Amino acid sequence: MRQVRFRDPRVEMAHGAGGKASRRLIDGLFAPILFGSSTEPLGDAAHVSINGTRVAITTDSFVVRPLRFPGGSIGELAVNGTVNDLAVSGARAEALVTSYVLEAGLETEILEAEIRAMAAAAERAGVSIAGGDTKVVEHGKADGMYITTAGVGRVIPELKISPARVEAGDQVILSGPIGDHGITILLARGDLEIEADLKSDTRSVLPFVEALARAAGDGVHWMRDPTRGGVATSLNELALDCRLAVITAEEKIPVRDAVRGACELLGLDPLHIANEGQFLAVVAADCAAAALAALHETPGGECATIIGEIEAQPAGAVVVKTLYGGSRIIDMLVGDPLPRIC
Amino acid sequence: MQYVDEFRRPELISRTTEEIRRLADPDRHYRFMEVCGGHTHAIYRFGLKHLLPPNIELVHGPGCPVCVLPMGRIDDGLSMAEHPEVIFTAFGDMMRVPGTQGSPLAYKARGMDVRIVYSPADALKMAIANPDRHVMFFAIGFETTAPSTALTLKRAREQGVKNFSVFSNHVTIIPAIRAILDSPDMRLDAFIGPGHVSTVIGCRPYEWIARNEHKPIAVAGFEPLDILQAVVMVLRQLNRGEAKVENQYNRVVPWEGNRAALKAMAEVFELRPYFEWRGLGFISQSALRLRNEYAEWDAERRFSVPGIRVTDPKAAQCGEVLKGVLQPAQCKLFGKECTPEHPIGALMVSSEGSCAAYYTFEHRQAAVGVS
Amino acid sequence: MELVPGEQPLALVEVLGVRRRVDLGLLEETDPGRLGDWVLIHVGFAMSKISEHYALEQIELLEALGETEAAALEVRGYGLEPGDTNLEKAQDRSGP
Repeated sequence: MRQVRFRDPRVEMAHGAGGKASRRLIDGLFAPILFGSSTEPLGDAAHVSINGTRVAITTDSFVVRPLRFPGGSIGELAVNGTVNDLAVSGARAEALVTSYVLEAGLETEILEAEIRAMAAAAERAGVSIAGGDTKVVEHGKADGMYITTAGVGRVIPELKISPARVEAGDQVILSGPIGDHGITILLARGDLEIEADLKSDTRSVLPFVEALARAAGDGVHWMRDPTRGGVATSLNELALDCRLAVITAEEKIPVRDAVRGACELLGLDPLHIANEGQFLAVVAADCAAAALAALHETPGGECATIIGEIEAQPAGAVVVKTLYGGSRIIDMLVGDPLPRIC
Repeated sequence: MQYVDEFRRPELISRTTEEIRRLADPDRHYRFMEVCGGHTHAIYRFGLKHLLPPNIELVHGPGCPVCVLPMGRIDDGLSMAEHPEVIFTAFGDMMRVPGTQGSPLAYKARGMDVRIVYSPADALKMAIANPDRHVMFFAIGFETTAPSTALTLKRAREQGVKNFSVFSNHVTIIPAIRAILDSPDMRLDAFIGPGHVSTVIGCRPYEWIARNEHKPIAVAGFEPLDILQAVVMVLRQLNRGEAKVENQYNRVVPWEGNRAALKAMAEVFELRPYFEWRGLGFISQSALRLRNEYAEWDAERRFSVPGIRVTDPKAAQCGEVLKGVLQPAQCKLFGKECTPEHPIGALMVSSEGSCAAYYTFEHRQAAVGVS
Repeated sequence: MELVPGEQPLALVEVLGVRRRVDLGLLEETDPGRLGDWVLIHVGFAMSKISEHYALEQIELLEALGETEAAALEVRGYGLEPGDTNLEKAQDRSGP
C-alpha cells in the first residue's frame, strides 16, 4: 500500500472544487488506501474485466445550489454527469442506479420535479435507471437534496483511450463553448445581482463520443469532460498524465460573449469554470479532420473546434498562446474560483 | 466588447512594440515600476513582458492592497467573525489570505459566517435583509475602492441601518510611492501610474514625482495597448531628458480626478496618523479610518480587537520585493516554503501579488523552458 | 445603460449581454450618467464615464505609429528635419 500523503488537518471547500486541492485529497488520501498498489492514472471511470467482458463503472455525486437553474436541474446533472464520465472513458452507459439524500422539510413538489427530470434525462441519454436508495436527514443538512448516481456500461470496442497513447502532434478538440454551466450557477445563486441570458450546457456527450469512435476509432487517444475545475484543470491532468505539453491558442477557445462578460466583470477565467455538456478529445493528427467533421454532423456538435495540439515540450505544462505572440502557462485551479476585484 | 477589443488589436500592438524597440536605447537598462495590482495582473495575463525588449524591465510595486495588509489586521477582522451574530463580508481577493489562525475561508470551514460580496453596497443590503444579524464589511483597497465604501457608509447613516459596520483597511497610494522613492536601494527610471486610482485622485498628486524626483510618470489603463503606450510615453520623455506627468488613460481618467468621489471620501474618512504596511513598515498619513461622525459604523470601535502586531518570518523578503529591489524569484523562500498553495507572505496569496503572478506565469515557464 | 427608478441613482449596465445594477452615486452631479453612456465600473459603482473622443483619438495615434516613422524617413530623405509634426503635438497629454 502506498503512503498517505495528505497532511491538511481538515477538509475544506477547496478540496471539492476539482482543482489542485481536490487532486491532493484524492491522490494523497483516497488513492493510497483504496487503490492499493495500482499505478494506473485515475480516470473518469474504471474499466474492469468480468469473465472476459470489459465493463466500465463510475460514480458521481451532485451537490448544487440552487437545485433548479436555467438550462437544467440537479436531476439532469445527476444523469448526464455519470453518462458523460462513462462516455469519455470510452464506454456506452447501460444502466444507472441512484441514491438520494433528502433534507427533511423538502417539498414533495420539488422532489417530484427532480425525479421527473431524471427520468426525462435518462430517456434522452438512452440509459435506464435500474434502481436506487433514499435517506432522509435533518432539516438544515443536504441543501434540499444530494443525489449520487453510479453507472455501468459497455466499453466501446473501437476506442482505446489511455494517456500513454497520446503523442506529440496529436490534435486537441473541444466540443463547444466553455463556462456556461459554472457561470449560470454562480448567477443563479443571486448573491451577485448580475443577470445574463445564459443557461447550463448539461447534456449527454455520448452521441459525440460515438461519432468520434466511428470516424476515428483508435485514433482517439484521450478524452475528458471538463467539469469542476474547467478546461484548465482537465488539460493539466492530461499534461501530467502523459508527460507532454498541451499548447493551445487563446482565440481558438470558444467562449460565449455573456460568459466572457461575466468573467471580466468578476475577474474569473473561463478556463477554470465548470462545464456539464462539453468534452475534450485528443486525436491523432491524421484523423483530426475526419473527427471534427463527424462532430459537426452530430446535432449539438457544430461548434466543435481544434483548440491546440500536443508537443513534447514544455513537458507537463499547458500553454495558452495569446493573439499577439505572448504566451502564458495556465495552471489547475488552486482552490475555488474566487471573484477578483482590483 | 467596445472599448476593450479595440485596445487589444494585434496590429496596433505590434506597431506599438515596434515603436518601443525604436525608442529604447540598446545601451541602457530601463526599470519602470507599476504600482497597481491590476497592472501586475494585466502584464502577466497578456504576456506583455515578452513583447518588450530585454533591456526594459517592468517592476511591480506595492499596488496590491491585499499584499500590504499586515497579518495582524486580518486577525483583527476575523476576530469579529467569531461573534455568532456577525456576518463577515469581504471581496473575493480577501478570502484566501491567511491570518495566524487561518484565512476567512478557513474560518468559514470552521462554521463561522463568512461571505463574499462583490460590492460594499451588497454588504449593506445584506444588513438590511438580516436585521437580527450584524454585517461587518472588511474594507480594503486604495483610493479606487474607498469612495464606494464611503458612499455606502453615507447611505447606511442616511437610512439609519444600525446592524452594519466597516473595518477600514483602506490605504493611499502616494505615501507608498514616496516610501519607494525614499528607499536607498531604489533604482527606478519611471513610473507607470495606477489607472483606476487616478480616476478618483486625478493626475495632480503625481506632479511631485516629476518635479522633485525627476522621474517621468504615465498614468495608464489596463488593456495591452494602454500599458504599451504608457511605456512609449515614458521612453520618449527619458530620451528627451524630460520628467512630467502624462495621462495615457485620458479616456477614463479626468486630470482633476472625481470630485464627487473625493467629497464622499472626505466626509466619511480621515487619515490615520500612521499605519503599518506589510513589508514597508509604518508609513505616516497613509491610511483611512472612519471619522467620529461615523463611529457607530466603525467596526474597530464597535468590536474590541486584539490589535496584535504579527511580523512576517525574517526570511520572507516581501518588503524588498514590494519595493522592487528584488525580483520574486530572488526571495529565499520563493517556490520552496512559499508557493501559492501554502503562502508565507501576502505577495504569494493574492492573485495580483507579484510573487503569485510571477509564480503562476513566469516561474513555471522558466522551469519548463517556455520563452 | 438603462436608468432604474428609485432613491439611489442606480442604472442597469450591460456588457456583452451581462446585466448588473450599478450605483451612479460617484459620478459628478454636473455630468450624470445618461442612456448610452459607457462607464468604468468598480465594485458595483460607476467611477468614471468613458470618453469616446479620447478613445478614438488614442486609436488614431496608435494607428499612425510606424506611419509617422515611414513619413519621417521620407522627410529626412529630402534633407528636412522631422521635428515637431502635428502628431507629436496631439500626443502631448500633459496638463488639463
